[in-house]
Amino acid sequence: MGDRNVAVRLKDFGEVDNGLSPKEAVEEAGRCLQCKKPACVDGCPVNIDIPAFVALIAKGEFLSAAESIRQQNLLPAICGRVCPQETQCEALCILGKKETPIRIGQLERFAADQERAKGLTVPARKTATGKRIAVIGSGPAGIVAAGELAKEGHDVVLYESLHAPGGVLTYGIPSFRLPKDVVRAEIDLILAMGVDLRLNHLVGRTVSYEELKEYDAILLGTGAGLPYFMGIPGENLSGVYSANEFLTRVNLMHAERFPEFDTPVARMSRVVVVGGGNVAMDAARTARRMGAKVTLVYRRREEDLPARAAEVHHAQQEGIEFITCANPVRILGEQAVTGIECIRMQMCNLDESGRPIPEPIDNDIFTLDCDVVIQAIGQGPNPVLVSQIPGLDKGRAGNVVTGEDGGTSHQKIFAAGDVTTGAATVIMAMGGAKQAARSISKMLANR
Amino acid sequence: MYLIEKSLKLSENVYEIWVNAPHVTRNAKAGQFVIIRTDENGERIPLTISKISGDLVRIIFMAVGKTTHALAAVPAGGAISDIAGPLGCSSAIKKYGTCVLVGGGVGIASTPVIAQDLKDAGNRVIGILGARNADFLILEDEMAEICDTLLIATDDGSKGHHGFAADLLKQVIGEEKVDAVWIIGPTIMMKVTSNVTREPGIKTFVSLNPIMVDGTGMCGSCRCVVDGKTKFACVDGPEFDAHQVDFDNLMQRQRYYMEHEKEALAQWKEHQCTCGGQH
Ligand SMILES: Cc1cc2nc3c(=O)[nH]c(=O)nc-3n(C[C@H](O)[C@H](O)[C@H](O)COP(=O)(O)OP(=O)(O)OC[C@H]3O[C@@H](n4cnc5c(N)ncnc54)[C@H](O)[C@@H]3O)c2cc1C
Ligand SMILES: Cc1cc2nc3c(=O)[nH]c(=O)nc-3n(C[C@H](O)[C@H](O)[C@H](O)COP(=O)(O)OP(=O)(O)OC[C@H]3O[C@@H](n4cnc5c(N)ncnc54)[C@H](O)[C@@H]3O)c2cc1C
Ligand code: SF4
Ligand code: SF4
Ligand code: FES
Repeated sequence: MGDRNVAVRLKDFGEVDNGLSPKEAVEEAGRCLQCKKPACVDGCPVNIDIPAFVALIAKGEFLSAAESIRQQNLLPAICGRVCPQETQCEALCILGKKETPIRIGQLERFAADQERAKGLTVPARKTATGKRIAVIGSGPAGIVAAGELAKEGHDVVLYESLHAPGGVLTYGIPSFRLPKDVVRAEIDLILAMGVDLRLNHLVGRTVSYEELKEYDAILLGTGAGLPYFMGIPGENLSGVYSANEFLTRVNLMHAERFPEFDTPVARMSRVVVVGGGNVAMDAARTARRMGAKVTLVYRRREEDLPARAAEVHHAQQEGIEFITCANPVRILGEQAVTGIECIRMQMCNLDESGRPIPEPIDNDIFTLDCDVVIQAIGQGPNPVLVSQIPGLDKGRAGNVVTGEDGGTSHQKIFAAGDVTTGAATVIMAMGGAKQAARSISKMLANR
Repeated sequence: MYLIEKSLKLSENVYEIWVNAPHVTRNAKAGQFVIIRTDENGERIPLTISKISGDLVRIIFMAVGKTTHALAAVPAGGAISDIAGPLGCSSAIKKYGTCVLVGGGVGIASTPVIAQDLKDAGNRVIGILGARNADFLILEDEMAEICDTLLIATDDGSKGHHGFAADLLKQVIGEEKVDAVWIIGPTIMMKVTSNVTREPGIKTFVSLNPIMVDGTGMCGSCRCVVDGKTKFACVDGPEFDAHQVDFDNLMQRQRYYMEHEKEALAQWKEHQCTCGGQH
């Protein structure tokens, strides 16, 4: 069925990609070679049995396909939509060598959507163990860990500082890529397993670290929500947003429907977004839907854009102008933003990751007029809680250091997701959460 | 949903409510705040914790825009959809010696808890309350009970000193040695009043009130410039060293949504009329 027409989709926040029709899904699934040693599975961070579920779709057994996926992935409708499949499962599909790889993400989404339309069934729980576990943060890491732990029969309290669960799935990723009813349905299913969700609880303030110690185990899933700013002059003018603030105002608070919803966001006519990742694309495309002309400024070359290719393509289709090899040096304005001054960059020697290092070209400066600047240059772990845990091992960026098992330097504390890796992906957060949940059950069984 | 157990009007446009929120009261300390949302379409707004009693949090606020008007309209026995907290860092309570607490307008709401904790830490506490006129003076009795000395200033002279709280502060530091000062009120009042203690170099705290969204350090909406550095008031503050704060930047950022705010309030008021005051 493919993407909705650009002119239509820019008028709303509805999902851009319509997904596959049943006929298309069966056809696509039919192309799979059912490899004996399926390379695709190695590319999936949670090792979904891809050939198995694809075969079921090919046979028209959509619900069984979804059931098969759920063995490994509790959030299939979400991952099918936002996983960077092209660098994971699909990158390793054998068919990719000669023709196009199987569209695994689309098939996963299809099966999950079919299942949701029929009504989801709550997974069964094992007998109660009497162990109490605190999970902090209800993003993909916390949600999945809570679900896995509840399944094992533990009592799980899931703390969330905001008034709604989901983390970045709820406040960050816009509904035109990930509809909020899809997020809500998958989260509700996990909560229905008997997870005690406590909203409006900022752990580290509402609940102290001392109080947490009363739990048999603690899982940190607090994410990487701390927005970085560039540190250039003019950054504190009105009209300069972090991508987090801008996206939160719209996705979580529905500022696009002001004044029906109370939270405002700037009325913007020209927006400059700084950055080149998924977050920058989401901010740019959101601003576009608010009626602004949008320019994205990125310091490296187009081929270096870290965002998913599909997102860059969607952004370009939607009329977002890309200025690459340029970096802001100053934001202009007296009270509110009136423009941004950028310097051209040249690509010099390679850095450790093999990418060229951008260096400013002396005096090659240009100005863009704009009334809003959105900075999407990265995020770090939120320090509110982790800074209060004495002796917790942390990396240079403030991320919590864990072993392969998800364990930290404290015996009872485990961690998963962006708080350990820095800004990464939904599926990585889930993979880490499953591992940490297994380790917690093992630890508790041995005690 | 969180129950509003009591709701009363203190003066024109100033209200006091008591919200049942045991999760907030358990660890709340002086200087911290909550973020509330009245209903599902509501905005998240920060309000200072003004007192704790059992499971109840007292909040005192001025009805200035849509959300605060809506909050004032919730009757006792009604409910709000969210209250998160306690948020922010607590006041830097310790034994200083003599402390002065200056509250201006609805900012007086923040002073009793801080005054009590300073008192409990062994300080002599002088309170100075400033308001437009006697009718706008709140918490006078409560502060009089806690403070060793309480001074009053009104702009129109209807009670106490005819003039500003800053005049009284100047007078106090002229008369005796003051070791620490808190100034809490409208931004312009904090800016002007903190100049009084700048020259003598007295440690002075102000509680900043930038526009917030999450209150957890995730968005950066609340960023303020302190000592030339960007700070997030919701997690690094809200109290900062008054003599390091860029007040002009704060006031500029506070004004950003003025047009939206007017519209939202007008729409709310209109809606109130067409349905006979019923929500
Ligand atoms: C705009 C945007 C677009 C993205 N697009 C994609 C994409 O297309 N595909 C992809 O795979 N990944 C994408 N990502 C990355 C992905 O969303 C994250 O890697 C993932 O959400 C991390 O999950 P998490 O559970 O570790 O953290 P989060 O999702 O950040 O959740 C953390 C949760 O913890 C809560 N919290 C924090 N501190 C506390 C505390 N002290 N007490 C209580 N609660 C607390 C937060 O409120 C939050 O709800 C995107 C990220 C952003 C910001
Ligand atoms: C830490 C902190 C503690 C506060 N404590 C109190 C208190 O105890 N009593 C009290 O009366 N007020 C307090 N305020 C101010 C209070 O938050 C605002 O008056 C309220 O948000 C106004 O909302 P509104 O919709 O009624 O008005 P609006 O019409 O939306 O706005 C009126 C003014 O309030 C400010 N404001 C608007 N939205 C926000 C927001 N989301 N966050 C912060 N400020 C905003 C703006 O400067 C604006 O000009 C505090 C603010 C902060 C940051
Ligand atoms: S979860 Fe992601 S990586 Fe795994 S199969 Fe699905 S789309 Fe591919
Ligand atoms: S590698 Fe490709 S063709 Fe082989 S099983 Fe996986 S999806 Fe099918
Ligand atoms: S209000 Fe969002 S970071 Fe402070």
